[in-house]
Amino acid sequence: MSTDIGEFTDQEYKYGFTTDLDTDIVPRGLNEDVIRLISGKKNEPAWLLDWRLEAYRKWVKKPEPRWQNVHYDPIDYQDISYYAAPKPKKSLASLNEVDPEVRAMFDKLGISLAEQERLSGVTVAVDAVVDSVSVATTFKKKLAEVGVIFCSFSEAVQNHPDLVQKYLGSVVSNQDNFFAALNAAVFTDGSFCYIPKGVHCPMELSTYFRINAADTGQFERTLIIAEEGSYVSYLEGCTAPMRDKNQLHAAVVELVALEGAVIKYSTVQNWYPGDAQGRGGIYNFVTKRGLCAGANSKISWTQVETGSAITWKYPGVILQGDGSVGEFYSVALTANYQQADTGSKMVHLGKNTRSSIISKTVSADHGQSTYRGLVQIHDTAIGARNYTQCDSLLMGKDSGASTFPYIEVKHPSAKVEHEASTSKIGEDQLFYCRQRGIPEEEATIMIVNGFCREVFKTLPMEFAVEAQRLLSVSLEGSIG
Amino acid sequence: MSPNRATGLAQIALPEPAGQPTWLQRMRRSALDWVAENGFPGHDDEDWKYTRLGPLLAIPFELAQPIDSSLTASALDVLVGNCGGPRLVFVNGHFNPQLSSLTEIPKNIRATSLRTHLHQTEESGASRLFPPPQNSFVALNSAFSEDGAYIEVPPHTTVERPIHLVFVTDGPADAAPILASPRSVIIAEANSRLTVIESYVGLRPQVSLTNAFTQVILEAGANVEHYTLQNEPATAMHLGMLAVHQPAASEFSSYALSLGASLARQEIRVALAGEGAQTQLRGLYMPRGRQHHGHVTSIDHQAPGCTSRELYKGVLDGQSRGVFKGKVVVRPGADRTDANQSNKNLLLSEGAEIDTRPQLEILADDVKCTHGAAVGQLDEEAVFYLRSRGIGQKAARDMLTYAFVSEMLGLITIPELKTLIEHAVAQQLEADSTDDREKTLAGEIRSR
Amino acid sequence: MILKIENLRAKVGDKEILRGVNLELPLGQVHAIMGPNGSGKSTLAQVLAGREEYTVTGRVLFDGEDLLTQTPEARAFMGLFLAFQYPVELPGVGNLYFLRTALNSVRKQRGLEALDAVDFLAFAQKRMDLVEMDRSLMSRSVNEGFSGGEKKRNEILQLAILEPKLAILDETDSGLDIDALRTVAKAVNALRGPDRTLLLITHYQRLLDYIVPDQVHVMTEGQIVRSGGKDLALELEHDGYLADAPDHTLPVGGTP
Repeated sequence: MSTDIGEFTDQEYKYGFTTDLDTDIVPRGLNEDVIRLISGKKNEPAWLLDWRLEAYRKWVKKPEPRWQNVHYDPIDYQDISYYAAPKPKKSLASLNEVDPEVRAMFDKLGISLAEQERLSGVTVAVDAVVDSVSVATTFKKKLAEVGVIFCSFSEAVQNHPDLVQKYLGSVVSNQDNFFAALNAAVFTDGSFCYIPKGVHCPMELSTYFRINAADTGQFERTLIIAEEGSYVSYLEGCTAPMRDKNQLHAAVVELVALEGAVIKYSTVQNWYPGDAQGRGGIYNFVTKRGLCAGANSKISWTQVETGSAITWKYPGVILQGDGSVGEFYSVALTANYQQADTGSKMVHLGKNTRSSIISKTVSADHGQSTYRGLVQIHDTAIGARNYTQCDSLLMGKDSGASTFPYIEVKHPSAKVEHEASTSKIGEDQLFYCRQRGIPEEEATIMIVNGFCREVFKTLPMEFAVEAQRLLSVSLEGSIG
Repeated sequence: MSPNRATGLAQIALPEPAGQPTWLQRMRRSALDWVAENGFPGHDDEDWKYTRLGPLLAIPFELAQPIDSSLTASALDVLVGNCGGPRLVFVNGHFNPQLSSLTEIPKNIRATSLRTHLHQTEESGASRLFPPPQNSFVALNSAFSEDGAYIEVPPHTTVERPIHLVFVTDGPADAAPILASPRSVIIAEANSRLTVIESYVGLRPQVSLTNAFTQVILEAGANVEHYTLQNEPATAMHLGMLAVHQPAASEFSSYALSLGASLARQEIRVALAGEGAQTQLRGLYMPRGRQHHGHVTSIDHQAPGCTSRELYKGVLDGQSRGVFKGKVVVRPGADRTDANQSNKNLLLSEGAEIDTRPQLEILADDVKCTHGAAVGQLDEEAVFYLRSRGIGQKAARDMLTYAFVSEMLGLITIPELKTLIEHAVAQQLEADSTDDREKTLAGEIRSR
Repeated sequence: MILKIENLRAKVGDKEILRGVNLELPLGQVHAIMGPNGSGKSTLAQVLAGREEYTVTGRVLFDGEDLLTQTPEARAFMGLFLAFQYPVELPGVGNLYFLRTALNSVRKQRGLEALDAVDFLAFAQKRMDLVEMDRSLMSRSVNEGFSGGEKKRNEILQLAILEPKLAILDETDSGLDIDALRTVAKAVNALRGPDRTLLLITHYQRLLDYIVPDQVHVMTEGQIVRSGGKDLALELEHDGYLADAPDHTLPVGGTP
């Protein structure tokens, strides 16, 4: 390439606007009283408050993890507001009652809160979460007809307490790790899905997360339970305004798949990444884990991570049921001064369990991407299989890419294969495209998109297009 | 960090300085102080993650003393092979001139005991031989090492026959556990060429720890081929560190073999410090029973245009454990780096475990780096094919296991050594318990 | 004159590969450059297309405009096309998508409207029939997993779609069996015309049986040493590239 990549302009972050919402916000700081206040505001049962307090007491004693390959100034956990909700949050009789400002904000984000079919003919039910709370959930009635529960976490606590109590913390406990414990103590909302036995969920479910208020953290919690033989495809999207100060997002996602159930979970993460000098942006410290509890169940994670200043997440699957399958497909892009330490954990316990991990990382400018993964074959996992492929693309002399797989095998019948490569974009490929009249920047984006295609094609159509577009936008200005 | 502190190893006192230069006494003291301050690696140390040191650290070791070994030169030929070149023999970390054959050393080559060399050296000349401590076991070696080899090859000199360094532990089986700390230095001046073999063996089932440290310092254009062959008794423990410094256009290759010891760990650190340097690391480990074999490598691409190749294979039987960690770092500016790493493992039995971590850490963009790791078992199709040709189940499996290993045997360039290792590998495979194999089979059948 | 090369020199590091090439190609003609391995034929093609690792001096005029200062994509816009000796694989980039992007990029420069997917498909299918290209190859990634012959056909398909003024075919015949060679030659002949010049780079006279050139040039050691009519190729086949050439048997294939 004739030109250096060092020169870059402000990348466009089209979701960087703020909306002037009247927000109910708790003063900064964290202590047991704040947790009681949050729990009280949400009218939670005593067991849940106790669970939160237990998490908080564990969290206070936990050291913040430092092993990850990312660098940031210490976070002052007393300088964050742990509850922010657009007012008024009373129960809405219909979607028409959603605050017009909120509705306008989602329109601007391209998310429709009206219950209409999209152009593509695909119906998507949306749970919209602003700052700490869910503001609207669409298509609830239609879903209820087939017994699917899709609502905000707060509603689930009120209306389906038995299910919540049974499964909350069953995959990610309230003391799993530093950020998961923090989340358990202060989580304010999130989405809840329950797919009854044998039901193929009739539409895509999606949650759209939006951070709007300043100086807050977002701590949502998602719980999806797929009963025997059921199927659900779930999508989540995330954006935040451009602010100079870093904001913390520490979410937890728990998935439970019972016998023969399939959960497909897709994320397009586009939190504000900070500016070209590395100021501001979201710290995205997330714990996502699925449990293939039943035989022949399947959990598939797809993530496209283009946003956030720092990403720290390892969506994993515990393959407990015999013959269960775990999949992880990931594209992680870091540009400007973004850092990502992400990968997957596949824990094989059951017989003939299979997992695959496909990770593509792209580092541009000063971006630093790390793949970190664990494949664990326990001595009970007879006939287990794993295939892992991690490819990294480097664009720019100040970018970096690391690959840190951990492979632990305790049964002789296991077959585990890991392959990784790191290189820059092929000069030959660029020249070939340019000889055909495709300018350098376009050619680069084309090749990068090709590099990520294996992952994109696992996304639902609409999201795949969105993911490609995001990648292009994020790379523009980093090339040429 | 939660370093291990109050332990048997850390409590050994420094011996009488017996005629050592004062700078050396001072250096040994400060190395021991470093150990006292920093302790030993805990389980949260990434380099030691899968190797539990607790039991080893609790053993009340005593410093190994020179003894009159019953060993003879012809017995050594059988034990470690005779490659036709000079042989320097160290018993319990002390030089043994009777067993050594120095007559073969070419005239302009310096190959002597490190102790002799250090006693003739000023502090300034020896400073590069004692880099500041970074690692507890290297520091421990600095404190307690009595001797080892010192080899220096002048510029533009080719040493035809390999120089063989033999490290033997010996002593009564019922004696107290001993610590031997051999330390060697190999210096290859510009455009010189040489091969060095280090063999580690023991004569008796005695509890011992060999804590070895070898430095290989190449100058521009030098070429060094290095072998570490560890086949100590099942009662022994072995920790080895090989530190290699490579300037421009130098070439280095190593071959690390682990067959013996209850707990063995070989670490190699290569610094590719000059443009166009090339390095090749190969290794084979075959633990069985309850053996633990660990191999940790790190290749640091500091300069542009360097090439590294790495291939380690493991065959694990019984209740053994294998650990591999291979790190490749590419520093900013180390453009045109070409690095390739592969670790392949064969698990032969239930209860065996392998933990493997190939790692790439890349901070330059014009690079081509790949790594791969695989864990698997024998191809059942191939086993069936052989059986259908009338070869018995066990013979078929042994044949295929040997085929997996033979790639590594083919990489040994010294014929005498190759024969010896082929023999040792065959023995290791054979000894690996028919009954263990039967148990595995029974286990498989039960589980169906 | 579509292409005018004056004293073109190209070096990689200290090694000079082109040592003063002079050549003129009139519009609407077919010329061939022949020569032994390592004579610089493929380097000439790469340098004309704008490969950046060469240090280049001399002058090249394309349709009267200076060529050497242009980027590779600008040369494509001007109407220069190179059929690669070793077509590059682009994993994950769909063949049809790639072709449409290239065509629309070139059309944009020529002030033409972009073709949408439907119009493009109709346009491309005619061209695919011309090169007898298997339709299934269009939905695969560019050149990935293609056989040698399929890759060469894909190059000619791109030529047919992009409609350049000057097409350089670098060893397009290498790796083709006789049937594939006939197909490719038929397609190339169909693309001949008064507004298009073809420059064939080849090792063998064989290709020239099917695509008959107006002129043949001989290149050795980085220079054009002889030029003549189509009979020159036959002469070379018979006598070798140089009367005093030490080795008459030529190795198969060329160097990039």
